[in-house]
Amino acid sequence: MASQQVTTRRIAPGLKARIAPTLAVVLGALGLLGVLWQAFGAGFGEKGNVPTFILITLNGLTLAGLLFITASGLTLIFGLLRVTNLAHGALFLLGGYLGLTFIQKGVPWLLAALLAMLATGVVGLVMHQLFLRWNQGQDLRQALITIALSLILADQMLAHFGATPTAIVPPDFLASPTNLGVYSLAYPTFRLAMLVGALVVGLLFWLVIKRTRVGMVMRAGVDDSAMTSALGINVQLVFAGAFFVGSALAGLGGVFAGTSYSLAPGQDQAFLVYALVVVILGGMGSLGGAALGALLYGLVDQYSSAYLPAAYANLSALLTFVLLALVLAVRPTGLFGKTR
Amino acid sequence: MSDQVLEISGVDAFYGSAHVLQSLSCSVGERTTGIIGRNGMGKSTLCNVLMGLPPAKARGSIRFGGEEILGRPSYDICRRGLAFVPQGRRIFSSLTTDEHLRMLSRKLATRGKWTVDAVYDLYPRLAERRKVGAAQLSGGEQQMLAIGRALLTNPKLLIMDEPSEGLAPTIVEQLTETCRTLVSEGVTLLLVEQNLGMATAVADRLLIMVHGEVALETTSAELLADDDAQRRFLGVEPAGAH
Repeated sequence: MASQQVTTRRIAPGLKARIAPTLAVVLGALGLLGVLWQAFGAGFGEKGNVPTFILITLNGLTLAGLLFITASGLTLIFGLLRVTNLAHGALFLLGGYLGLTFIQKGVPWLLAALLAMLATGVVGLVMHQLFLRWNQGQDLRQALITIALSLILADQMLAHFGATPTAIVPPDFLASPTNLGVYSLAYPTFRLAMLVGALVVGLLFWLVIKRTRVGMVMRAGVDDSAMTSALGINVQLVFAGAFFVGSALAGLGGVFAGTSYSLAPGQDQAFLVYALVVVILGGMGSLGGAALGALLYGLVDQYSSAYLPAAYANLSALLTFVLLALVLAVRPTGLFGKTR
Repeated sequence: MSDQVLEISGVDAFYGSAHVLQSLSCSVGERTTGIIGRNGMGKSTLCNVLMGLPPAKARGSIRFGGEEILGRPSYDICRRGLAFVPQGRRIFSSLTTDEHLRMLSRKLATRGKWTVDAVYDLYPRLAERRKVGAAQLSGGEQQMLAIGRALLTNPKLLIMDEPSEGLAPTIVEQLTETCRTLVSEGVTLLLVEQNLGMATAVADRLLIMVHGEVALETTSAELLADDDAQRRFLGVEPAGAH
């Protein structure tokens, strides 16, 4: 009797721990099956649902590109440097509006994007040096400071750029749609360029972190900043540089978003949340995780808004958080997250 | 005066209200020196204060090569020629062996005879393990790496804080041998140790620390012959005691 009791006690907690992950995998599989049924259930003909599926998938992929550019900056600042920067969304929107302003003044798109990146990078750097540097490791203080800063920035942007949604005109060479060559479909070239942009950012980022001295110093500094400094390296300088780059990437995200979607008040908070979800989905500080997180988020967002029954379509925004809950149920530190 | 002399005068250090170093004064760096003392006597605090590392708050004066370094940032102190092998080794777990050596500034790694290749020549074992994540190295290999990266900054004075801690006796012997080799090759060490055998084997001049002060300045030979001092300052029962 006694031994039986011991056995049941041993099994019960194990089962309990497996319920959440199993449920998560089953729900995820059901969602995927639903999407595939909707896409291919009516056959592969011109009249079927495949052309729509291709367009929705491309929407999801290009949204993922935009999310990755924005979230890669946050994964650097929040994931690697451990600075709780809730003003990332504000820098994102500021970048978009600055890009818009430059283009309206006649600056070509590419140069305007570069200038907007530079400007948001500088704003982020000033923010870091003035307010955040001396609060390193104090999450709550940093959160409150950056929330305050993002509110101030949001109101200043509302005052200067108004509440009417505006969009940036894409550069001429990306303005006409691209012929996809299947089902006589065409797709906005700029959005495809956004996907390429995300790949380029991801590749450069990876090379810098893994292959260059600066990347090594950054990883060492995150492990043990005092020891890195004792080896003759000015860690604060490297961290400041990383903050500049992370903020500039938020600005680039804003210019991309303003060109492919639109700029409006409130988008700062929306994209902050998207970027946070992507970073947490992928695992703090993992670049590959951010890429995969952005991909999942983009696809789930687009599939759910297209394929949910009409009566439930307004639940699509919620589903991205269901995705987050499912992933965290299986992997509590995110897809590629390490426990520290 | 030689530019590698570390002149410590009237240094106090605090953790909150705990007064850890009590107006400590001494001069080291002219030649290899050992600082020994029991646990909790402020040896590691002294090392951290010398390197400008947190968490202790310090005041007083530390002059290196005639210039005040107390209050200077850590990286600046290192660039002036002090290098540090910390207690517990403090290896970066996200980096490989090779990256530990490649991440240092070229300027430091080329200002003297210690280059990446010279470090690999000193420790062929590290060269074999260059692609391995540093967290996977054994304790002895990590100690080699901690010494190697410190040498690579081409210091005038190398501070080692309890390098023998947590290592097997045979590894400690090898470490002692390496330290003696380094000294014979002209590297000046400030060896902070609890291990009397290692300290006396490496350093001729010894300072004994008690309660945040230098209680006694002596030589290895004298201390080894003085059973009473060993018992009094270090709590060691001398090996040859009858």
